Amino acid sequence: MILSSDKKVIFRSKWLPWVLIAPQGFIILAFFFWPAGQALVQSFQQSDAFGTSVQWSGLDNFVALWRDETYLESFKTTALFSVLVAGLGISLSLVLAFFADRVVRGIWLYRSLLILPYAVAPVVAGVLWLFLFSPSVGLVAYVLEKFGVEWNILLNSTHAMTLVVIASVWKQIAYNFLFFLAGFQSIPKSLVEAASIDGASVWQRFWTVQLPLLTPTTFFLLVVNTVYAFFETFGIIDATTKGGPGKDTAILVYKVYFDGFKAMDLGGSAAQSVVLMAIVISLTVLQFRYVERKVNY
Amino acid sequence: MVERHPFLDLISHALLALGVMVIVFPIYLALVGSTHSAQDMAQSPIPIWFGQDAWLNYRTILLGEGPGVTSQVPVARMMWVSLVTALSIAFGKIVISLLSAFAIVYFNFPFRKAVFWGIFITLMLPVEVRIVPTYQVVADFGMINSFAGLTIPLIASATATFLFRQFFLTVPDELAEAAKMDGASPMQFFWDVLLPLSRTSIAALFVIQFIYGWNQYLWPLLMSTEERMYPIVMGIRSMTAGADSQVQWNLVMATAILAMLPPALVVVLMQKWFVKGLVDTEK
Repeated sequence: MILSSDKKVIFRSKWLPWVLIAPQGFIILAFFFWPAGQALVQSFQQSDAFGTSVQWSGLDNFVALWRDETYLESFKTTALFSVLVAGLGISLSLVLAFFADRVVRGIWLYRSLLILPYAVAPVVAGVLWLFLFSPSVGLVAYVLEKFGVEWNILLNSTHAMTLVVIASVWKQIAYNFLFFLAGFQSIPKSLVEAASIDGASVWQRFWTVQLPLLTPTTFFLLVVNTVYAFFETFGIIDATTKGGPGKDTAILVYKVYFDGFKAMDLGGSAAQSVVLMAIVISLTVLQFRYVERKVNY
Repeated sequence: MVERHPFLDLISHALLALGVMVIVFPIYLALVGSTHSAQDMAQSPIPIWFGQDAWLNYRTILLGEGPGVTSQVPVARMMWVSLVTALSIAFGKIVISLLSAFAIVYFNFPFRKAVFWGIFITLMLPVEVRIVPTYQVVADFGMINSFAGLTIPLIASATATFLFRQFFLTVPDELAEAAKMDGASPMQFFWDVLLPLSRTSIAALFVIQFIYGWNQYLWPLLMSTEERMYPIVMGIRSMTAGADSQVQWNLVMATAILAMLPPALVVVLMQKWFVKGLVDTEK
């Protein structure tokens, strides 16, 4: 990310670099900077549903958000949801990668099948899991009922949260698995062998040699999974619970969409966008501080 | 491995097999579901082995005619919309990123650092956090319900620009030196030297971006208000929108399989580049 290591041999032209930059420049100006600026401006404005009258309202939108019970609830929902998704997703894929690293035969088959969910769109993942858990046709719902569990994602918010977490973890496991597998394979064999000669068991080697060396990967995945849970699970939630029952699975991104396009509260939605931008920026900064540390390793 | 552990090897295979089965099960069940009639799917429990109606179901949805079809537009058309969108996003990103990375690495011009950081900062603003204002911009351009509206706002990509920049920095300076001495113009150097060298990076990015484009949902949800511009991922959603009992699960599952097929093929068949692309873009 540092510009110091640039080329010594360069071409000279006054106009060509600008022509080369132009396509990307135009797109990011029109579709990134302009809208992001608009979101900032709108978050300080109040407008009616038809957009006919607009007036400045200072921090009113943010104060209203702060006082809005459902928004604070949505924060809690998002926090719970992302902790579950990141925690489960990372630990399950760590286990899978640990065993995949030991296996020599059949690894291509295992890997090809385990990475399949990456190719599945979040909405489609949502539909697939809804099909398993839907109260009327779902196979899992049927089995649960046999065991005496009244399964209903439309009424029970714990059930609804379980479903969206499972679907989101399922979709992300492929990604985590590939990074952990690459991590395991980049650990020098000599280190593991040395520990083994010293009499460390497989279990001890995992805790004292492999896991500490995987800390950077784990931290990186923690950030990526949090970002994923915050932003990319919109499709899963829209396909399964639509934020319900009530608002119990409405994470922040879902609420921005709902308030902006269904409830037509543009100012409130823009204020939420600004809060979200602040969250993404902090997460990205966190991620890059990690990258710097990795370089110094 | 370090020492032989027949027992542990057995456990490894057993656990991996179990993991794979759990992961693949929803996809398997979708495949099974797509081969049954609507009546079969109405029983409880639903069948877990293949039925007879695969041909009928896939024909029904692809052509968009027959019993149980609710949408006006055949799934074949939706797949076409998805394909055009995914390919435009993948190629568009690769082309504009190659050009801007070339400018940033091989030229010295005023505000070069500012341009670099301007592109960099877009990493921080995924479309999800700025949907309402971005929608307004696109609406002002009159791009609702068009391929331009579906693709152009998603094309700008800081990740691709970085990947190419990093790669260009590893290209030996002697190549540019030689090209200059032979009197090649910058664009000749780009076309005849840089582009052939970038083939692997381009392939890796293509896989990632194709999947990204094919699986877009939130953006088309805003952009496509007419069914003829629905990508397949969105089409599925509208098929499950009705009451639980009215959903034609056999047709939904057939559509889901068709929606998964192209990106799954790309991931499995281009596995080598896919893994490289994932790991490289995150560096």
